Amino acid sequence: MTRDRLQVVCLSLLIGLAFVLAWQGFAGTKPAGKGIPGPVAVGATAWQMLANPFYSNGPNDKGIGLQLAASLGRLALGYLAASAVAVMLGVTLGLSPLLYRAVNPYIQVLKPVSPLAWMPLFLYTIKDSGQSAILVIFMSSLWPTLANTAFGVASIKRDYLNVASILQLSWLRRLVTVILPAAAPAIVAGLRISVGSAWVAIVAAEMLIGGTGIGYFVWNEWNNLALTSVIFAILAIGLIGVLLDAGLARLSRRLAYTE
Amino acid sequence: MSLRFLEIDHVTKHFPAPDGGAEVCVFRDVAFSLEQGEFVTMVGHSGCGKSTLLNIIAGLERASGGGVVLEGREITRPGIDRMVVFQNFSLMPWMTVFDNIRLAVRAAYPSWDRHRVAAHVQRYVDMVGLTGAERKRPAALSGGMRQRVGLARAFSTAPKLLLLDEPFAQIDALTRGLIQDELIRMWTAGRNTVFMVTHDVDEAILLSDRVALMTRGPEARLAEIVDIDIARPRERAALIEDPEYLRLRTHILRFLVEGARLAPAEDHAPAAMERLAVSPG
Repeated sequence: MTRDRLQVVCLSLLIGLAFVLAWQGFAGTKPAGKGIPGPVAVGATAWQMLANPFYSNGPNDKGIGLQLAASLGRLALGYLAASAVAVMLGVTLGLSPLLYRAVNPYIQVLKPVSPLAWMPLFLYTIKDSGQSAILVIFMSSLWPTLANTAFGVASIKRDYLNVASILQLSWLRRLVTVILPAAAPAIVAGLRISVGSAWVAIVAAEMLIGGTGIGYFVWNEWNNLALTSVIFAILAIGLIGVLLDAGLARLSRRLAYTE
Repeated sequence: MSLRFLEIDHVTKHFPAPDGGAEVCVFRDVAFSLEQGEFVTMVGHSGCGKSTLLNIIAGLERASGGGVVLEGREITRPGIDRMVVFQNFSLMPWMTVFDNIRLAVRAAYPSWDRHRVAAHVQRYVDMVGLTGAERKRPAALSGGMRQRVGLARAFSTAPKLLLLDEPFAQIDALTRGLIQDELIRMWTAGRNTVFMVTHDVDEAILLSDRVALMTRGPEARLAEIVDIDIARPRERAALIEDPEYLRLRTHILRFLVEGARLAPAEDHAPAAMERLAVSPG
């Protein structure tokens, strides 16, 4: 570890420790059961929950592992479907400046819409809350990947496409060996933003639909006034978000290239 | 009309003016032909449209008037029978040296199995002296090495016509000589027909059977085609002493320096070298 890095880690740990101490001091001023629970109480709850993360005592009492798995399952379905659609559509738009310019205004209007705004429409049309939540994830992870893919493909250097034309590559080989690898850094950057916004959206979606999932868990524990569980869930959501991002960061490093 | 191998038939190219006004004519009525196995180089100042003409032959651009006919067929689109070696190399930066060449070999020989393709690729990697660098990406290579990959990629498909667009312009002078020798070796072995564009007069004379001279653009025209009657193989060192070489060199340089106008002077007497201090291009 370099000296620079060591300094960063030490300072980072120090800030964390200071925050936990301040939090404990603040929480300790109130009698137990009142105010915000302190880190010790949260730690005890975390220990308890992590000791048995996959238990299931009926619909309203499941281990945090099961809840997170339910959320990740929805995320995977919605995110993968959205990514496939976004990349295909993005490549199409990126290759056709005319279509790109014609469709872009609609994308710009739909992009800033909170994915949750679609929920009533999904509930009304497909009448299934679980599938509606997956569609919300779909909507939340569609736009960043779509916009980035279209941009990435549109800015592929003319030279690479010229080589592909000279070699008379079939459209599939052209896509797989030239277009996708050339635009890969931009596409993965979009996928990274998308997975972040999908993970943000899923908590809210699950609060609305109920049943299972980490979002529902947070809301349920709030109804039980179990704030230690809520705080622990916040930490768990954050950590999983970091892991998802780190996975895609790795992919992005693998697909990066220098000209 | 006898059928030539490659017929550049009165090609004219217009570009839209940058300010949206009237079209600008880059060159007009360029007509000449190449025999099979011939090495023809076009020399001219920047802006005479020589690279544009090369792109038209490649099928990457369309002529505004006239056309290009290869073996009796008009060229309307790019094809693997006309491989281009680009000035900026145009290698796929996400692929290794080996994969860059393999992409072309697979495209040229779709029926070959992977072992045959790999052996063929390896042959061309070895031929340009890149053995050991197969797994490297272009970014890890020098300009000279990258252009070796470009040449290997082009030759590996055995194209009917090889188009070289200032292939040595971005390579340092010492390496340039080595790669020119490699080019000549591969050309001698395969006897491909080559059309090259350059503004390096020495390079043009060293490599070519004929050198086509373009006047200055816009509205450039083909002024003259100079036969290079120097026996092959040509040795760079011996060439410097060759009176025919000096005569041709002076003639071409004089054409370029004196403004590259139509109807060049009739007398080809060597001009004082001081007058040639202005570098062409």
